Amino acid sequence: MSTTTDVDLVDYDDAVARFDPVIGIEVHVELGTRTKMFDGAEQFFGEEPNTQITPTSLGLPGALPAVNGTAVEYAIRIGLALNCSIAESCRFARKNYFYPDVPKNFQTSQYDEPIAYDGFVDVELEDGTVFRVEVERAHMEEDAGKNTHVGGATGRIHGAEYSLVDYNRAGVPLVEIVTRPITGAGERAPEVARAYVQTLRDIFRALGVSEARMERGNVRADVNVSLRPTPQSALGTRTETKNVNSFRSVERSVRYEISRQAAILDAGGTIVQETRHWHEDTGITTAGRVKSDAEDYRYFPEPDLVPIVPDRAWIEEIRAALPELPAARRRRLQGEWGYADAEMRDVVNAGAIELIEATVEAGASPAAARKWWMGELARTAKQQEVELADLPITPAQIGALQQLVDAGRINDKLARQVLEGVLAGEGDPEQVVVARGLEVVSDDGPLLEAIDAALAAQPDIAEKIRGGNLGPVGAIIGSVMKATRGQADAGRVRELVLERLQG
Amino acid sequence: MSTLSRDEVARVAVLARIDLTPAELDRLAGELDVIVESVARVSEVATPDVPATSHPLPLSNVFRADEPVPPLDRDEVLAQAPAARDGKFLVPQILGEE
Repeated sequence: MSTTTDVDLVDYDDAVARFDPVIGIEVHVELGTRTKMFDGAEQFFGEEPNTQITPTSLGLPGALPAVNGTAVEYAIRIGLALNCSIAESCRFARKNYFYPDVPKNFQTSQYDEPIAYDGFVDVELEDGTVFRVEVERAHMEEDAGKNTHVGGATGRIHGAEYSLVDYNRAGVPLVEIVTRPITGAGERAPEVARAYVQTLRDIFRALGVSEARMERGNVRADVNVSLRPTPQSALGTRTETKNVNSFRSVERSVRYEISRQAAILDAGGTIVQETRHWHEDTGITTAGRVKSDAEDYRYFPEPDLVPIVPDRAWIEEIRAALPELPAARRRRLQGEWGYADAEMRDVVNAGAIELIEATVEAGASPAAARKWWMGELARTAKQQEVELADLPITPAQIGALQQLVDAGRINDKLARQVLEGVLAGEGDPEQVVVARGLEVVSDDGPLLEAIDAALAAQPDIAEKIRGGNLGPVGAIIGSVMKATRGQADAGRVRELVLERLQG
Repeated sequence: MSTLSRDEVARVAVLARIDLTPAELDRLAGELDVIVESVARVSEVATPDVPATSHPLPLSNVFRADEPVPPLDRDEVLAQAPAARDGKFLVPQILGEE
């Protein structure tokens, strides 16, 4: 099996001009409960292997599952946030298959009776377009353990001599959210796919049901793609690219599959219904399992767990306690801050909402907060190739900095030097001002000295100003600013120059 | 009339990872067929107003509080495994996936 590009691809624009892509996305989110779905083993990321295990999470004989009530509440929260109906009654089922990371030889999941169904998510694209994605269902299940394949060249299964299994993750609560086929996105299908996963991630965080960290695999997406000649045609055969774990990869993998499938269809071939693996490094997908009769999970109702019949009053309680969701919050903040649509989109796309909100809370005006985070700091972050939030500066520090400006103690130019000092780890703005001696000179004495020196050095300019020509005042102000290392208030300098020469 | 063929028994055996000889397949096809037919008789007496029952107990919403319990001792657990390495269970290479 090759992991390099060994297939023809159709240019993306050409592919979407001639085919209508249809996508479908399954998102798994690990719930941030203290313990696992069906037993009291603690679950948090990064522990030593096989230290979060109990008889149930190892599937030892005689061990019985017991449902984590908090996980059910989180699942209902997710269902409600995705505008789903919550089942009157639902149950768990066994999905039977043999794989070393599934110690019981079945995964406890929900099959014919998911806890939530028939919802939708409004996804906002980068240009502000809102695209509605319909949710077929959201169901509860458990995560599998983790296999490490040893001996293969790539760490993948192929060529491995043996595998090592860690069951810490086995039994961690999951909610799987399945969309209906997403049609009508056309050439924007890859963008819609990415924005959908990103929107769900934001919702999970807002709901407090998961840390939802992509890089830890808290949120994982399986992406289905098919092509058809026209939007009126029947759905084509789909492929399912498994475990795509970053927003960018979701977009790239959909693009790749569209180009790849278009090439096969152009050559008169047929798409094989199969799972595919995404290769982050090369940006391609390769064939995995062919879906066939061999994949027969023999689902049946889990006899060891009784049905869940969520009390309607409980559901309404959960609904009433739902936090403000990201889209509503964005609209509210945009109104409060008075940002134009395009300004707000830039803020959202830069991931700066929380930073600006905290900066405003720390005493800066919304306009000033935006100016700092989307200007100087955005440039710095880009230079250093880090996220805004990872810069070594806090919203509280930016708030304090802006308050120094507002109080007239520093001007904009000095403020940038203070910022530099804070970023360099020299302390809070106040400390940097003191340590670097950056405060605006507010005492007229030193300013008048500098003005007199500047006028004496440039007598011809002084003469022009005396004669009523105010054009060259700027040159004198410039000299004074230079002499005071930028620490003068330019407006005050101008006043003093005019008093001196014309008073 | 047979409802369960020998081929079906063979397929389920493969799915369940049970290695059956041809003689066992012949025997089980017959025996399992009797069981399936006996169970199928239930649907003859069940009228449409009898709902399918997966859980006979009159219980629902049995939840556990989200409270941790002490974990098993890792060394003790791994000592029961056929093989272990680096604190993990060691299993033979997994075939037929890629």
